[in-house]
This record gives sequence, structure tokens and C-alpha cells, in this order.
Amino acid sequence: MTSRYTATAISLHWLIAIGIAGTFSLGVYMHELPLSPTKLQLYSWHKWAGVTLFALVLVRLLWRATHAAPALPVDTPRVQRLAASATHWVLYALMIAVPLSGWLMSSAKGFQTVWFGIVPLPDLVSKNAELGDALKEVHETLNLTMLGLVLLHAAAALKHHFIDRDDVLTRMLPAADRNA
Amino acid sequence: MTRTTRTLLALLATSTALAAPTHAAEFKTVDPAQSRIGFAYTQMGVGMDGSFGKFTAKLAFDPARPEQGKAALELQIASIDAGSSEANDEVKAKDWFNTAAFPTARFESGAIKPLGGNRYQLNGKLTIKGRTHDITTPVSFTPSGKSGSFDGVFAIKRSDYGIGEGQWADVGIVADEIRIKFHIVAGQ
Ligand code: HEM
Repeated sequence: MTSRYTATAISLHWLIAIGIAGTFSLGVYMHELPLSPTKLQLYSWHKWAGVTLFALVLVRLLWRATHAAPALPVDTPRVQRLAASATHWVLYALMIAVPLSGWLMSSAKGFQTVWFGIVPLPDLVSKNAELGDALKEVHETLNLTMLGLVLLHAAAALKHHFIDRDDVLTRMLPAADRNA
Repeated sequence: MTRTTRTLLALLATSTALAAPTHAAEFKTVDPAQSRIGFAYTQMGVGMDGSFGKFTAKLAFDPARPEQGKAALELQIASIDAGSSEANDEVKAKDWFNTAAFPTARFESGAIKPLGGNRYQLNGKLTIKGRTHDITTPVSFTPSGKSGSFDGVFAIKRSDYGIGEGQWADVGIVADEIRIKFHIVAGQ
């Protein structure tokens, strides 16, 4: 009976959620700082974290493609089913597009991304100040869109838990194996 | 032939022999528009490139008498392109080049040693931010008709010149070594 997500899916979900929260906050914070060694360091960390998340999201998508999600409660209205599945797929798209836009922006701005200072990522676009500025806008806009959707997503999960009182939230929690 | 005539003839022969090569090409002008002075460094393990847009140079170089060559170069630090507009503004500040007090960097050549072929070893004094150090760099000269180009790369330590003081002195973020790469196009 697939009433819960697999342990792997749960781990990836929360690892990525925490990672995105941290990387997002770091992005907002670092970008306001005046130029300093600390700022350069934080930028590098932000980029490394973002690339790590990008890799984790790829693994997660692969896992999702090969492991079906548990079905929603049978009485879920059609509109809600559609809304849930649309939100999930747009979130997956954003989890790919956000780090990708960051990577491309860095290349366009002339700062190659070297993952953990060790693994150089190829510059898929060459240095171009205008493109860099445009991609920065893209990175920001995608991030704000993602923030909006994440809030909606979390609100929906809480509604399921506290108002509908179903297991939609708990089946994604690493908690007790009462369903085992 | 008298002894005097013979001596005169010998003298004449020697002087013509001596005179002949002195009209070989001497390169005396520099074309800044075609030349390039670039630099490369690493920032948190990531390679970065930059260049200087404006400089003036004095040159006297005759490939037939390389040891007597001379070169002097003056760079306008404010013409720097350090990779981004934010960096360009930053490096003019006090901790970096302090361009308000030290608007230019200078290079003055010293000994030039031929290394065979078109390659030379050039010594000289480099002054940045009021601090002077001896440097040595390989240079290759590639003549092409009435012009020619000098190319070479050498490394300096930014800490020797106080480039990046205070919070920037930490070489763990911006590496100490800066490689300077030049391509100087000269004419006769
Ligand atoms: C899930 C991954 C990521 C998230 C959640 C994220 C989030 C953010 C946020 C919120 C900002 C601040 C935008 C603003 O306030 O203007 C930002 C800025 C930035 N991000 Fe990301 N980012 C991610 C991945 C990446 C990656 C992979 C790279 C590069 C390889 C990257 C490079 C940058 C850069 C360079 C900035 C600063 C832009 C500037 O100020 O010029 N990001 N990011």
C-alpha cells in the first residue's frame, strides 16, 4: 500500500526544502552587502549550495519518475487535485530553472562557477554585461515566483493537516512509522 | 703602397664595416591601440581576467643590438577593467590601488639578455602604488615588416605592492599571485 512517500523521497524533499530556504536567505542577504572579502565568500557559498541543490533536484526528479507518489485522499475535489499537481510540477520546473539561471548569470557576468572551488562548471554563455543583468532579473523573478508557490504549497499542506485532518502532510514527514 | 695609405685603407674598411649594421631596424614607437596589458588572478579558486586600457610607452629596441634596448611604460590605473563595474570602482579605492594618490604604475627596463632566437630575458623595475620592486620576465619579439610585437608573461605578488590592504590582505579570497601578460606592438 503506497499511502506514504518512500524514505528516499522524504529525505530529498526536506533536504532540498532546507537547502532552498538557506540558499534563498543567503542570496537576499549577500546581495545587499558592500563589496568585501566576506561578500565574495558568501557568493561562492551561495553558488556552491545552489549547484548542490541543482544536483539533488535532478536525483529527486529521477526518483519521482521511477516511484509514483501516493494517491490523494479519494474525496479530494478535482480542482484541488489539478491545483496540487500543477503546483508540484511548476515547483520542480523552478527548482531546475532557479539554479540554472544563477549559473548562466554567473557566466554572463564573467565569474565562472567552480563547485566547492574544485569542479569547474562550463560557461554555457560567454561574458556579456547586458545578458548578465538580464539573467539577474530572471534569477530574482524566478526566485520570487518560487517563494510565492512555496508559501502556497506549505499553506495547502497545513490546511490538509489542521482543517481537513487527513494524512497529506504526515505522509511526507519522516515521523513515526505508524503506517508500516 | 705606403704605410700611411695602407693604414688609411684599413681604417676606412673597418669604419664601413662598423657603419653597415647600425642602420638596421630600430623600433621606437608603440601602438597602444593594438597592444594589450592584461592580468589574471584567482578569486576563491576561480580564474579572473582583467586589463588596462590606457598606457604610454617609450621604446628603443634594435634586434641587432638587443642589450642596448630600453623601454619605459606608464599605465593609467584608472583605465583598469577588473572584470565587473563593481570591481572597477572598488580597485581604485585606498586599500587597492589608491588611484587618488598613485594614478599610474611604471615600468623601467634594465638589462636585456638574449636567450637565443627571438627570445630575451628582461629585467626592470616595476613601481605600483609608490613601491618599487625588481622583476624579470621572458620576452619574445616577433618582427613583421616595419612593426613587431613583444610578448611575455610574468608574475608578481600583490602583497609586495600593497595592492589589497586591510580586509583584502587575506590571500585566501583573492590570491596573492597576479600574472601579468603583455602584448606590445611596436613600430620603427
Ligand atoms: C535553489 C537554488 C538557488 C536559490 C534558492 C537562489 C536564490 C537566490 C536569491 C533569493 C537571490 C537574491 C536575489 C535578489 O534579492 O536580488 C540570489 C542571488 C544570486 N544568486 Fe542565487 N539561488 C540559487 C542558486 C544559484 C546558483 C546555482 C547560482 C550560481 C551558480 C546563483 C548565483 C546567484 C548570484 C551570483 C546572485 C547575486 C546576484 C547579484 O546580486 O548580482 N544562485 N539567489
